[in-house]
Amino acid sequence: MDHDTYTDDYIRGILRETRTIGLVGASANWNRPSFFAMKYLQTKNFRVIPVNPGLAGQTLLGETVFGSLTDIDVSVDMVDIFRNSEAAGLVTDDAIAIGAKIVWMQLSVRNDGAAKTAEAAGLKVVMNRCPKIEYARLSGELSWNGFNSRVITSKRRRM
Amino acid sequence: MAQREPGFETLAVHAGSPPDPTTGARQTPIYQTTSFVFDDTDHAASLFNLQVPGFIYSRLTNPTVAALEERCAALENGIGATATASGHAAQILALFPLMSPGDNIIAANKLYGGSINQMGHSYKKFGWGATFVDPDDPDNFKAEITGRTKAIFIESLANPGGVVTDLEAIAKVAHDAGIVLIVDNTMATPYLCRPFEYGADIIVHSTTKFLSGNGSSVGGVVIDSGTYDWFQNDKYPSLTSPAPEYHGLTFAESFGNLSYTLYGHAVGLRDLGASQSPMNAYLTLLGIETLPLRMERHCANAQVVAEYLKGHDAVSWVSYAGLKEDKYHDLAARYIPKGAGAVFTFGLKGGFDTGIAFVEALELFSHLANIGDSRSLVIHPASTTHRQLTEEQLIAAGAGPEVVRLSIGIESIDDILADLAQAFDRCATASSG
Repeated sequence: MDHDTYTDDYIRGILRETRTIGLVGASANWNRPSFFAMKYLQTKNFRVIPVNPGLAGQTLLGETVFGSLTDIDVSVDMVDIFRNSEAAGLVTDDAIAIGAKIVWMQLSVRNDGAAKTAEAAGLKVVMNRCPKIEYARLSGELSWNGFNSRVITSKRRRM
Repeated sequence: MAQREPGFETLAVHAGSPPDPTTGARQTPIYQTTSFVFDDTDHAASLFNLQVPGFIYSRLTNPTVAALEERCAALENGIGATATASGHAAQILALFPLMSPGDNIIAANKLYGGSINQMGHSYKKFGWGATFVDPDDPDNFKAEITGRTKAIFIESLANPGGVVTDLEAIAKVAHDAGIVLIVDNTMATPYLCRPFEYGADIIVHSTTKFLSGNGSSVGGVVIDSGTYDWFQNDKYPSLTSPAPEYHGLTFAESFGNLSYTLYGHAVGLRDLGASQSPMNAYLTLLGIETLPLRMERHCANAQVVAEYLKGHDAVSWVSYAGLKEDKYHDLAARYIPKGAGAVFTFGLKGGFDTGIAFVEALELFSHLANIGDSRSLVIHPASTTHRQLTEEQLIAAGAGPEVVRLSIGIESIDDILADLAQAFDRCATASSG
């Protein structure tokens, strides 16, 4: 599938079917983008499970940090990758191994080979996007700061 | 299936203005409030730390003003926008994330006279320098760029002279030097020209003019393309180094291509305070709904008036890029093919005194210091808007003593022509008698 552009319906569908997110590359530093994303997604009732081998066993925003995706003891719907494009390949393999339904690579992260592998295994893939920004864009919250949501509708906005 | 991209006319009516989520109100409500309640202290902390979107205080963000920001960003196909109290405030807000004391900009010398004043005099109080060059040759910008130059500033269609600027060539000069191109697109409006398509990085507007369109509300807006990579060099430390007041947060790192617009609100409006009022934003939103229709009529009327003046004995020259023989006709065909705008100048035989007499003889045209109103407007720049400029600057800005500036409205074209004709007659009678 085309990974340069995604329809709003595709992104909205993914965010609606996701409840639990394994966030790979979690940071304890409050001003890192991964911290912002985790905190925001928690306020939208996603359960976000942080993954970072350097922080394994610590508590981050109320959740225990795991050393790897394969250590997580609950079912994960989406794997959100805050790693570089190359590292995203191995993370994608783990995402497939744990039965995740979606692989989501963050802004500037893109690995077309990994995407093909994930899609062949039946997963949906989003690359070079941020779920926080997409959720805020589609729900209308991004518009509150003057951003262009590119959503035109005569219905009340909802995610 | 690919997603439908809405057309410009649809964006002008709908962008930024879905039904109100709480009440279902179809027209955007006027959120006339200074402040917004916090859910709890943790929510407040998240808002102040910029971790969740939300409203705190209308100096920073306001729902009605945000609707205008999104509308303008959509019309220019930008990523986001910061609305301001005026077009002049927009120019300062546009530069604020880019500049430090000792930095400078290179600006076109054919700009609205008020901009030349603001940049040439008041910017010095911030420690900002401005060098003005003739934009007709893009290399003129290149020649003036130094290590402390942070932006090139031009008008796509310059006020008052009807000058069309070669956006693509000047964007290349800016990008070769690793600096941003800021384009004031007030006179063209996004209906006639969308500068991001030609490489502009930032667009500013005085929304007071065609966007509001009815002479009701002063306002401005800064729009970011979202395409400039702030980390490509070390020229913009406000965005690429830690902000002490946000506990070491680095805007361009935490917010990526949203950072310029977030900085505009969270630092620019926070500290300079030049926010747009919800009422003005509402009136401007109403105006923008009809922007495409008005611009069509503005341009059609202006073309007829320019041709009429071109054939008139009392007129020495007409500077309107819609005229075939005009110096800027080819650039107009490339950058503003739907019309050459509605603001232009012409020269009266007779000079300064005749200019004043002509302006005072008009009865439908309003003599005032604005442009882009639905009403036809007239001014004699040398005795009014541009009077603080030197003789040399006046001529460079296309505002010499014989120059009259018109902003053609959307009235019946026959009435516009009749008013001009009677003013010419009265001037002729006065000078012969």
